[in-house]
Amino acid sequence: MRGVIETVGLGKRYGQDWALRDCTLALPEGRIIGLVGPNGAGKTTLLHLAVGLLAPTAGTITVLGERPGAGPTQLARIGFVAQDTPTYTRMSVSNHLRLGAWLNPGWDEALARHRIGQLGLDPRQRAGSLSGGERAQLALTLALAKRPDLLLLDEPVASLDPLARRDFLRGLMEAVAEQGMSVVLSSHLVADLERVCDYLVVLVASRVRVAGEVNALLSSHYRLSGPRRDPGVLPAAVEIVEESHTDKQSTLLVRTDDPIHDPSWSVKPVSLEDLVLAYMSRARDDHAPRLEVVP
Amino acid sequence: MIRLSWLQFRSEAVVAAAALAAFAVLLAATGPHLFHLYDISGVATCQARGNCVSLASTLINKIPGYYELVYFGATGILLAVPLIIGAFWGAPLVAREFEAGTFRLAWTQGVSRERWITTKLAVVGLGAMVTAGLFSLVLTWWAGPIDTAAALKENNSITFIRLGFMLFATRGITPVGYAAFSFALGVSAGVLIRRTLPAMAATLGVFAAVQIGWPIWVRSHLIAPAHIAVALTAANIPGLGQGPGGTIMANPPNLSSLSGDWILSFQTVDPAGHVFNAATVPACSGNSPNTQVCGAALGALHLRDVIAYQPASRFWAFQWYETGIFLAAAVVLAGFCLWWVRRRRLG
Repeated sequence: MRGVIETVGLGKRYGQDWALRDCTLALPEGRIIGLVGPNGAGKTTLLHLAVGLLAPTAGTITVLGERPGAGPTQLARIGFVAQDTPTYTRMSVSNHLRLGAWLNPGWDEALARHRIGQLGLDPRQRAGSLSGGERAQLALTLALAKRPDLLLLDEPVASLDPLARRDFLRGLMEAVAEQGMSVVLSSHLVADLERVCDYLVVLVASRVRVAGEVNALLSSHYRLSGPRRDPGVLPAAVEIVEESHTDKQSTLLVRTDDPIHDPSWSVKPVSLEDLVLAYMSRARDDHAPRLEVVP
Repeated sequence: MIRLSWLQFRSEAVVAAAALAAFAVLLAATGPHLFHLYDISGVATCQARGNCVSLASTLINKIPGYYELVYFGATGILLAVPLIIGAFWGAPLVAREFEAGTFRLAWTQGVSRERWITTKLAVVGLGAMVTAGLFSLVLTWWAGPIDTAAALKENNSITFIRLGFMLFATRGITPVGYAAFSFALGVSAGVLIRRTLPAMAATLGVFAAVQIGWPIWVRSHLIAPAHIAVALTAANIPGLGQGPGGTIMANPPNLSSLSGDWILSFQTVDPAGHVFNAATVPACSGNSPNTQVCGAALGALHLRDVIAYQPASRFWAFQWYETGIFLAAAVVLAGFCLWWVRRRRLG
């Protein structure tokens, strides 16, 4: 299996601050990959590195087997929808389609026209007068009609209302079902990604915290609760992602490939949202000062 | 990419075409009358009869007052055209893409950034040059009679000399060079500052400074000046002036042979060739020396005025030099924009 995006030790620094650090990933082909993390986690940086808008400070990245920015032929194979879905305010919808047709060798005019018709957009309307949802759909249409092998979407639904959000994701899913390209979609909300993604990358504070197939992630994480005890008694193969204790009870979110046999734990599956939140809060705690634990 | 550049430039081009049409209509409406006045004035053939000064003055006086308004107005417009092009076409070209984030759309299509910026520079830059060239063509044609007469008039100021600040920059081919330079300057300001309004302001400021500084400090040095020595007699000294280093000099007499020439400096020298200071002559010293007494005293000394000047006949040589220099500067700035856009990996 070849990765659509492969990174090794990838990093991007602005001055003293790392926007992305030690990022090693192999994102599989033909998947819908969710890139989730809080604002400022490095999602946009990773996507901009992938599309060649940024150059890495450290490490390497290959996209569709080539370095980003290698040339227009590679860019023609990537559909990119940037954050806030920028379009030319004074340019009409149909002129945006012309832009796509003129600049992309593999442009599918019929597909573009069909989508615009389906969305009920007036081709003569200026992009500046479209609603946020319509503008996002226009930007998605531009990206899809390139007939890309890889579609990258940076927080495409962040500024949309729930209805427009649902329509956008539905349109995306239909297009993916028809065209079968690989997709990387970023969001700061797990709920947006849960319905559409089959692969998830959690990025917090410029580092990748966990990455894997959604099903594999769900089947390897459990919530354990039971009488209060020292978490150190768990087997070594069990990784504690999150723990909380009251006077009488301990609650853990753990990652393990083996089943938990200890009958004193009550074992429950976790939701994707809980799983992501656990990794996010662990990343936050990593940054908070804490007491040294003397063994 | 050419089609896209044109599509995005179209509305500006329409505005420019409309402005040019209005300009041309205004001048075309008054032009024939102006040429009629010129034809009957005899200025065209005055060189042979040696009465240019009086015929030119008569013609200037005959031209209706509102033509003067058109003359200065149109000249002002020609000075403003490159400024407007730089600020309104050049500065926003890339800066607006950054401000609106649309560079993320433009730079992720199946066209290299190099081609994107090169084509945009070429299409809009060519539009800028054609626009300025047409404005200049119309004005150079219309103002021909007035420019000719003004240069032949007595006591003409630097303003009305074809090589001077006002006429040189607004006639012939120099507006083409200025427009290209100002446009490239605007784009460069845009890529550096990345915000439209500050880039526009910077373009206006820098180009206005060039427009003012160039004729003062640079233009006269493009070609080594010619020199002429004029013998001073009691009869031909019009007065005294301040020479270099605070010396008092005898002003050069008005010579019809220098009409339209650009006088750069003059120096009064004694028969031995040394710089002469009129303050050393008692009749000419003091706060307000009597011009006639002073003139008579100086006239007896066999002095000469050495005048450094640029002959009016060098007009086209200067035009080509200056246009060439500004076009070359525009190419350098365009190269900078290309380099910057290629190198830059932005967030």
